[in-house]
Amino acid sequence: MPDLLDVKGLRASYGATQVLFDIDFRLAQGEITAILGANGAGKTTTLRAICQAVKTGGSVMFDGRQLVGKSTESVVRMGVAQVPDGRGTFTALSVEENLKLGAYVRKDRAGIAQDIEKAYERFPRLRERRHQQAGTLSGGEQQMLAISRALMLRPRLLLLDEPSFGLAPLIVAEIFRIMRRINEEEKVSMLLVEQNANIALDVAHHAYLLETGRIAVSGPSEQIKNDETIRRVYLGH
Amino acid sequence: MEAFLHQVFAGIASGGIYASVALALVMIYQSTHHINFAQGEMAMFSTFIAWWLMNSGMPYWAAFFLTIAVSFAGGLLIQRLILKPVEKAPVLTNVIVFIGLLVIFNSVAGWVFDHTIKPFPTPFPKGSFIETKWFSAHEIGTIVVMLCVLAALFGFLRYTPVGLAMRAAAQNPESARLVGIRVSWMLGIGWGLAAAIGAVAGMMVAPIVFLEPNMMSGILLYGFAAALLGGIDNPWGAVVGGFIVGVLENILGAYVIGTELKLTVALVLIVVTLTLRPNGLFGKAVVTRV
Repeated sequence: MPDLLDVKGLRASYGATQVLFDIDFRLAQGEITAILGANGAGKTTTLRAICQAVKTGGSVMFDGRQLVGKSTESVVRMGVAQVPDGRGTFTALSVEENLKLGAYVRKDRAGIAQDIEKAYERFPRLRERRHQQAGTLSGGEQQMLAISRALMLRPRLLLLDEPSFGLAPLIVAEIFRIMRRINEEEKVSMLLVEQNANIALDVAHHAYLLETGRIAVSGPSEQIKNDETIRRVYLGH
Repeated sequence: MEAFLHQVFAGIASGGIYASVALALVMIYQSTHHINFAQGEMAMFSTFIAWWLMNSGMPYWAAFFLTIAVSFAGGLLIQRLILKPVEKAPVLTNVIVFIGLLVIFNSVAGWVFDHTIKPFPTPFPKGSFIETKWFSAHEIGTIVVMLCVLAALFGFLRYTPVGLAMRAAAQNPESARLVGIRVSWMLGIGWGLAAAIGAVAGMMVAPIVFLEPNMMSGILLYGFAAALLGGIDNPWGAVVGGFIVGVLENILGAYVIGTELKLTVALVLIVVTLTLRPNGLFGKAVVTRV
């Protein structure tokens, strides 16, 4: 399988502060790749760099096309959806309006209606609350909404920023189970950024360990999970 | 009593105009957190365009709609060409740009169309069938036109995909970009709509105040008062505020302080609102965590 995403020498900075230093990683078509790391390692910035929401250098090839230098909106229009840090819900809009916005760049009305239905089947809680303001949802429901909204794009690549953040373990487990199903059934490739290494390594095929803006370790998830040294040094248990 | 009621109804009619000016201000405030000081002069300039079209022989309603279209395009262009470059600049920079626009529109209008006061026609002349005992034809026509504008705007924002995208962009620009909305263009459309609404307000008010380059300066103040009173981030509040200001201004002007001091009502309202209830009657208090 060719690589869907091929990142080479990626740099990113906020003003004068450089956060990412020449990062290389790849994501094969149809796979889930995890980027792990502590707070401040540059995980969120990596995602922001891919969708060009931060000043970026280096090369990000998505399906053979260069993303560096494009606008965020154009990257999204090429089929890269994101579940951002803090979920990015439109809190004053209804659940259904949030879902419709996810499909903003699509024009096939029937397909959109079908996908909204699918989202409700996946997360029945969202159907119950479809006319409610998104801001009134619980944290877990908002995360479900954020993922559903991103899927409304029918993305080829889904970027997920800490979907487990601030949620109860049971809800985290449910969300990750559904993510795996989406990956298997709908062949959506995913780039997952997580602090929770255990759960991320369970679902991902490959993983990269990010340390202060540089890749420290990379390899298949199984290997990283079972490597004593890596566990002790980087994952802290 | 009859005279009093008439003052109230006349207040409602001018309230409709203030409501739309306030609404135009709120449209831009919601998405950019800036108050467009040039809103009134833009409306005045639009009205001059309508006047020029009618003077070159175009029938009223054709000129009316063409002016709306031209104003929309003009507002969009102003945002694209003049405001976009300072999108990320500090508030003061934007304020200076707004004041610059105000002066430019005012001077250009005076230069092109001169400063003499011009009569502006109303499509609802005296004695037409919509006239009632309480409302003059122009008053009732103004109210109907303004309600149509408000309904169209709310319908657009509520039920169309572009309207939804505009609300999303105003609320959370970063997330809006992440679903592929071109946020900067949404601001442009917001400017276009604000200019178009202003144009309608200008054309409705011109038959009363007469057309000249400074005709909107008072109206804009009432619009500010209305927007602040209703809550500057709340479109419904702006509309309600507009009607309140219109009625208050008329009644106080007729019975309490006299017509010369009418404009003071707006200024006092602005000061009182900002002191006692800075978020207005219907605005949300914004709490920020530090």
